[in-house]
Amino acid sequence: MTHDSNVPYIGRATSRVDGPLKVTGGAKYAAEYAAPGLLHGYVVSGAIAKGRITSIDVSDAMTVPGVVDVLTHEHRARTAWLSYNYQDMIGPPGKPFRPLYDDKIQYSGQPVALVVAESFEASRAAAALVRVSYKSEEHITDLEAVKGQSYVPPKRRSGIAPPPKPRGDADDAFDAAPVKVKQQYRVPVEHHNPMEPFATTVVREQDGGLTIYDKTQGSQNNQAYICSIFGLSKDKVRVVNAFMGGGFGSGLRPAYQLYLAVLASQTLERSVRVALTRDQMFTFSYRPETIQTVSLGAEPSGKLTAIRHHAVAGTSHFEDHQEVVVNWSGLLYDCKNAKLTYELAKIDTHTPADMRAPGAVLGVFAIESAMDELAYEVGVDPVELRLLNYAEKDENDDKEFTSKALKACFKEGAERFGWSRRSPEPRSMRDGRELIGWGMATGVWEAQLMDTQARVTIHLDGTLEVASATSDIGTGTYTVMAMTGADMFGLPLEKVRVKLGDSSLPTAPVEGGSWAAASTCSAIKLACQALTKDLLEHARALADSPLKRARPEDVVARDGRLFLRDAPGTGVAIQDILRSAKLDELSAKGEAKPDSKVQKTHSSYTHSAIFCEVRVDEQLGVVRVARIVNAVAAGKIINPKTARSQILGGVVMALGSALEEETFSDHALGRFMNHNLAEYHMPVHADIKDIDVIFVDEQDELTNELGVKGLGEIGIVGTGAAIANAVFHATGARIRSLPITVDKLIDSPAFTAEP
Amino acid sequence: MTVTASDHTHAIPIDLHINNQPTRLEVEPWTSLLDALREQLHLTGTKKGCDHGQCGACTVLIDGTRINSCLALAVMQDGKAITTIEGLGTVETLHPMQAAFIEHDAFQCGYCTPGQICSAVGMIKEGHARTADEIRELMSGNLCRCGAYSNILAAIEQVMGANISSEKVAA
Amino acid sequence: MNRYTFTQAVDADGAVREKIGADVRFIAGGTNLIDLMKYNVERPDRVVDITKLPMRDIAEAPHGGLRLGALVTNAVCAYDTRIAERYPLLREAILSGASPQLRNAATTGGNLLQRTRCYYFYDVDTPCNKRQPGSGCPAIGGLNRIHAILGTSEHCIATNPSDMNVAMAALGATVNVRGTSGERAIPILDFHRLPDDKPEVDTNLRGDELITSVDLPDEAFATHYTYLKLRDRASYAFALVSVAAALRMEGGTIAEARIALGGVAHKPWRRPEVEALLKGAKPGLQTFSKVADALLEGSRPQSQNAYKIQLAHRAIIRALTQAADGTPQSVADKAIL
Repeated sequence: MTHDSNVPYIGRATSRVDGPLKVTGGAKYAAEYAAPGLLHGYVVSGAIAKGRITSIDVSDAMTVPGVVDVLTHEHRARTAWLSYNYQDMIGPPGKPFRPLYDDKIQYSGQPVALVVAESFEASRAAAALVRVSYKSEEHITDLEAVKGQSYVPPKRRSGIAPPPKPRGDADDAFDAAPVKVKQQYRVPVEHHNPMEPFATTVVREQDGGLTIYDKTQGSQNNQAYICSIFGLSKDKVRVVNAFMGGGFGSGLRPAYQLYLAVLASQTLERSVRVALTRDQMFTFSYRPETIQTVSLGAEPSGKLTAIRHHAVAGTSHFEDHQEVVVNWSGLLYDCKNAKLTYELAKIDTHTPADMRAPGAVLGVFAIESAMDELAYEVGVDPVELRLLNYAEKDENDDKEFTSKALKACFKEGAERFGWSRRSPEPRSMRDGRELIGWGMATGVWEAQLMDTQARVTIHLDGTLEVASATSDIGTGTYTVMAMTGADMFGLPLEKVRVKLGDSSLPTAPVEGGSWAAASTCSAIKLACQALTKDLLEHARALADSPLKRARPEDVVARDGRLFLRDAPGTGVAIQDILRSAKLDELSAKGEAKPDSKVQKTHSSYTHSAIFCEVRVDEQLGVVRVARIVNAVAAGKIINPKTARSQILGGVVMALGSALEEETFSDHALGRFMNHNLAEYHMPVHADIKDIDVIFVDEQDELTNELGVKGLGEIGIVGTGAAIANAVFHATGARIRSLPITVDKLIDSPAFTAEP
Repeated sequence: MTVTASDHTHAIPIDLHINNQPTRLEVEPWTSLLDALREQLHLTGTKKGCDHGQCGACTVLIDGTRINSCLALAVMQDGKAITTIEGLGTVETLHPMQAAFIEHDAFQCGYCTPGQICSAVGMIKEGHARTADEIRELMSGNLCRCGAYSNILAAIEQVMGANISSEKVAA
Repeated sequence: MNRYTFTQAVDADGAVREKIGADVRFIAGGTNLIDLMKYNVERPDRVVDITKLPMRDIAEAPHGGLRLGALVTNAVCAYDTRIAERYPLLREAILSGASPQLRNAATTGGNLLQRTRCYYFYDVDTPCNKRQPGSGCPAIGGLNRIHAILGTSEHCIATNPSDMNVAMAALGATVNVRGTSGERAIPILDFHRLPDDKPEVDTNLRGDELITSVDLPDEAFATHYTYLKLRDRASYAFALVSVAAALRMEGGTIAEARIALGGVAHKPWRRPEVEALLKGAKPGLQTFSKVADALLEGSRPQSQNAYKIQLAHRAIIRALTQAADGTPQSVADKAIL
């Protein structure tokens, strides 16, 4: 296919450039790198929730042929002993968990030993023979039991906005409100469960350096972590994450197998791989349970007069994990009186972690459910109620929005869904034995740009390389980076090579928060501009250069030429520029940074409106999501194809959260019990029917260079509430505790009696 | 009269036809087909998602039939023909299902993808899926946490549509 | 997963002889055994491959009906045209279980022996009377949302997870086994057992016995049947409650009824004396409701699964309605008729 360089890739549906590798099995993930004499590590997980290890007997394990060593807290290489050294860029305040550090057990499933063997099978067989004895102490894993001891986190987590100061007097306003809604909402512990289990392969290079193939969302975060703990210099540690089999936040912080693999490699001076089992995937990061209370006061018209939103979230005893849970309630709606409070309570588990749209999934579920309840209270259509209370500015921070096309989301989403045909009364729509429910909700997520560097290199053969240490966790980063580079140099995609997922590349943050596309592509754009400028310098030096008097803003690079924008015939072949400068290649760097001037006056968010149809068997309580329309305002869409996929993925995960997902804890044992993919239910093919994604037009000149806002999270936010609201509309049963499973519906008094 | 093979506690030689290549392997009795493929043959296209038959990432075709290679002992596959994702097509010569997955963006992180593709190929061969709902049901043994289900369905429908029309032409 | 001795059996007698001794397991499809071995729930000393035994045929049974070889896979069974025509209930039950990949490997004999999905049973770091007799049952008073409401004991409240078993119970299949002292036939209702004080024993299969085949009786209920399975997601999940219902209708009247429940007990739950209540009755909500009451009589909820009593009650009524109407539940279309 010939490429017309006048038609930019950005904005055009483009297939993933890494697609061919992924569909042929050629894409290599962390556990798939071989090395001579590679050893295999198998983690032994602890059995109790709290206490001490009294002994570890490895004698039987050591008899298994092929076993090389069993590492424990008593038998391992020396590592840093200050907890400070174990901190990473993402971690919350506190003392990070240190694997195999001492005899202390802090949570059930904690790694207590690592069996290292010549084969995976030997390590697995021996791991079952390691006998660990414990002295148990009393533990509490039930958030309900400790919610009375909740506290405001004394130290803020970096990058996480605390609740805004109260505005007005929400307590008085609520007391005086003619219409009140006050309810408690709960979301249980959920696990990320990316399809690829966490794994690390540490390869010892000839020069003594370590190449670490690691499952992570941030190679440089993990590089710094390892260097700090093991006292290694950065030039001796390279972390590679060229492909990551799903993260959803679970790979923002270093997972413990990274530490264990490096520990084993340093102890035994061999290359080592450690891969976690699926059940071990339930032993380090999870979405925290929350207990939330939302109080809404309103006029009979539905106009809000008071918003209170209080959340208590679980965290570990050793760290204060924090998320933005309640702020959304003050942001989404125009209301003079708002009081938003967020507290933590400690339980004997590992520290929770960010999971796709951390905080927002929880808080927006609560506020958007409460808004739905208010809609019925006042008899106003849920969309109308949201328009009535529409926030034209960010009242939390008293700022303007860089753009907010949420009204277009309501309009286009409602039209596509056919919302106007909705019968407002609960239980008023049906098809045979199935009650039909139509529900909707709003979604919101921060549009952020993070400090990110990129390097672009033009080669003599006409190809362009774009590089940044960012990651592609399935989000399509490879592709949007290639598209940006291709457009900036007017090249076909085939001539653009992307390098990412490598700590040796230009500095980039962890891949998360929906900031990767905006940040990385902005950096590439700047790098390309710098490279064009450098090329022009060289071009001007040419004898009889037609660009002698050209200024950088006058020229463009396209189809291998650098020429005057207004006189395309006047220009020079880039090849000639490089040749005459005796260069094989020319590189330039770019760095994207948030515009602090804009940030002082403006807030930037993505928004969405989600419309959902459920069908619920009127006796059996079986819920089916028949269709979902998710209308998204996210600024400029770089690649509509992968962008749509991101929203689809968010919607599917939201369906799981709303209807299926819960990690069950046996509080007597202090242990998650459904630690597998058979009993931790996440959606399967048969759960997913029609999902329609709309990107409404939203021009944003302020949010960043490209007007791009990011899509990783917005698809999941609010979607759970839309589903729950649809279930209420169908059945008249308001289930405020997710997931909405058949047992809860059957037990709900509002649900139908038998025929 | 009893005839049993001799006891094995150590590596046992087996002959497999992997992606049309005769392959001799020595496997321990407790090695799964999945681990034999990934660790011994470095055919890492077949993925380990759960190692317990709960996700489908390890799906391969044995004598044309899709199974979970994590729950198959390698030692029991002697003489079998095994097709993995690497055997379906290459970057240069994609299998129609692989091409359709790219076209419909039927994956994101790519980890469940080889299993999805092998499963889809196996499903079409089984011949029991005729409607979208039947495809959904008969692909439900393959989890995708990125949530690419709608696009996977579209990719499979495209390939099935092509098959159906070519069969009609042939008839 | 432990190291073990691996042997291949080439005939049934040999296989049976191999099984004498403590920790010997036959392996065929392996879909449950390998799973359990990887979790260290099963740690056999010896594993005997029985896949070379000639037990892969589906044939006419000696006294009418069909005989399924123990090694017939779930997929082969479900898609066999004779099964589809004569035993659609069995077909639908099998197809509503597990996944296509698992059904391609799992065998009839293995499915009969599938072990419970109780969380505690699967987690060797927790007590479980079924896995480690005498260690206790944390599911009682713990996580028991998925557990049994019928036939439980103070030692165990686990359920049998199989869908196939429920249909076979409704059909009244017979399990043919062979041991060192010869062959015997075990009626399906006597094959699985309740936990009582020996929850570690799932079935009445003796230590030296090999399942060779299953006989399906002549009466197949091919017109008025359904398999209704309720679960936590639309597919690839174990039943919270399932109902296999089969009716023989004469005119508008029920001549014979079979109802088996899954997900509610340690074995497929059938009460022939309750089924007799339907004989001669006309289909109707009140009748079905009475039958549901009787079937669930004696049900005992745990702390989290009282809903199962109500759910099972409604599911029985719906399943009987579907069966009477001749509108069996579709596996692919998730709307429940």
